[in-house]
Amino acid sequence: MTLLDVQNLKTEFWTPEGAIRAVDRLSFVVCPGETVALLGESGCGKSVTALSILRLLKEPPARISGAVRFEGRDLLSLRKRELRAIRGNEISMIFQEPMTSLNPVLSIGRQIGETVRLHESVSRTEARDRAAEMLVMVGVPDPVRRLRQFPHQLSGGMRQRVMIAIALACRPKLLIADEPTTSLDMTIQAQVLDLIRDLKQRLGSAVVLITHDFGVVAEMADRVVVMYAGRKVEEGPVSTIFSRPRHPYTRALLQAVPRLGATARRNRQRRLPEIPGVVPSLLGTIDGCAFADRCALATDVCRELAPAVETASNGQAFACHHAEKIVMQ
Amino acid sequence: MRTDPLLEVRGLKKHFPVRRGFFSTRAHVAAVDGVDFVLDAGETLSIVGESGCGKSTVGRLVLRLVDPTEGEVLLRGRRIDGLRPAALRPLRRDMQIIFQDPFSSLDPRLTVRDILAEPIVNFGLASGRREIDDRVADLLAKVRLPADTMRRLPHEFSGGQRQRIGIARALAPGASLIICDEAVSALDVSVKAQIINLLSDLKDELGLALLFISHDLAVVEHLTDRVAVMYLGRIVEVGSRDTIFDAPRHPYTQALLSAVPMPDPNAKRQRIILKGEIPSALDPPKGCGFHTRCPFAFDRCRTEEPNLRRTETHGHLVACHLEEVSAPPRSSASDLAC
Repeated sequence: MTLLDVQNLKTEFWTPEGAIRAVDRLSFVVCPGETVALLGESGCGKSVTALSILRLLKEPPARISGAVRFEGRDLLSLRKRELRAIRGNEISMIFQEPMTSLNPVLSIGRQIGETVRLHESVSRTEARDRAAEMLVMVGVPDPVRRLRQFPHQLSGGMRQRVMIAIALACRPKLLIADEPTTSLDMTIQAQVLDLIRDLKQRLGSAVVLITHDFGVVAEMADRVVVMYAGRKVEEGPVSTIFSRPRHPYTRALLQAVPRLGATARRNRQRRLPEIPGVVPSLLGTIDGCAFADRCALATDVCRELAPAVETASNGQAFACHHAEKIVMQ
Repeated sequence: MRTDPLLEVRGLKKHFPVRRGFFSTRAHVAAVDGVDFVLDAGETLSIVGESGCGKSTVGRLVLRLVDPTEGEVLLRGRRIDGLRPAALRPLRRDMQIIFQDPFSSLDPRLTVRDILAEPIVNFGLASGRREIDDRVADLLAKVRLPADTMRRLPHEFSGGQRQRIGIARALAPGASLIICDEAVSALDVSVKAQIINLLSDLKDELGLALLFISHDLAVVEHLTDRVAVMYLGRIVEVGSRDTIFDAPRHPYTQALLSAVPMPDPNAKRQRIILKGEIPSALDPPKGCGFHTRCPFAFDRCRTEEPNLRRTETHGHLVACHLEEVSAPPRSSASDLAC
């Protein structure tokens, strides 16, 4: 049984210059309790995918098509009211920047309680108790005092914990985390990743984790969807993606990451392998493979024909005309 | 006779005044609180630490973009911390900075040619249109940008290309010391590798010394010679790259290294998760700044501040009381590597 089934999701933004294809026929599924990472560099469409799933984009200029089925219901065809009953309740989201996503003029207690009161018929005091309970759960010390505080009185790590408390207050089946630790310090990032992993286990929520950080993916994800220029280029179980990537982009990206550790240093050449060039413009259409201009294996067919996503027997899927060559290498 | 190092910093302090509370009580933040280090010509020293540890302020103090509260900064053996602006100006030719954000550090209304011509003209390195254009073209070639870049404006470039322009600007006056303040942190993985490679190429070609300020330990390990770890305005450990990454001795360095997520799902290692948060520099703890989060803290750490002291390894200094007590806790290289 799948929890979330995204089929041929296409999100475009209309601008005076033309349509920008932020997400281009993206398909993936999330099973209950599973962590799926959407991995890619800036502009690859990973955040827009999350916003499209929850329909948090302004339409127009955005235009979303395809299907997003959550427990069988297509979120893209629900009414606003039906959608609000799902957002924050069955599917919730944490954002990258906790300072801008919390309301600066409401106390922490109000903001956590609001979510609970929106979705469940509880009294004000019950909501407050739930809020305190949630703060304990996300490891905020002295919750009674914190409930009365405002976002500016908290540190970055504490704010992100509060965001997580709000997101999990109604025990969602699916949590979408958009770069949840990117703006945090290293030692705080370790704490927050630990917390998300622990809570996920306790609540059994599935997680869609959006990140550009290979380290975070390796630690958190069960499955990985690698995106490039709005398209899925590769998908597979986390260990396969890291040990036997089939798409040239995934391979190049993995090699370009500076790695920590003595072994890596000894085996390393002086230079990091680079990916030449830059990400293509999303304005207009790309006929062939979006990575063709930067790919060492590209041939004429890559520039003319977009490769279809093929699935191998081990569950690994990739969109490349030359995937066979990569296996041989 | 020993020659003077390119850069030497002694007992450097910067206290920023702040007003706080209802009655606006005067207080100060000790952003940098007694920092010493030496940087030789052609060498790369990285300053690592988390936000608020004072690493960026150190960079600014060296350039005298802010004035130190106390301490000395010596460039080629000459004290520059007390110099008047007019006397300082020619020295800035020798030291330049690359900033983190390539979007806000370039003037959006100047063409690339004008951005790069500014330092050349200011320092009187060339005169006449032709000569300046030649210099600019030369700089663009150094950072691997095509010559037609000259007539374009910053908004026409991607983040990585803008960072190349920022690097070219730092190279323009022919500096021998470049301060890189989180110079690759804002870049995407594929572009980051390009810029890291460019920096190490330039370092070799031009014999540049880099003061590389960063929180990204994997990047630091890739291109540094030595590392200084800062916490709450002080250096807690300094040593060669191999010492710091293979055999860190300060509990904070150990925790910081173990907190880096490894890009390998099969990596098995023990992670040290620090409790609590970085204390406020407004109200730093007594004794060792790290004792509130240190898993090994004992009584002395709460009262007495440890000084940097030598270990048996050459050039390796650690500020921790554990060094004197017994065999220090070690996390060996095998814990950190895959």
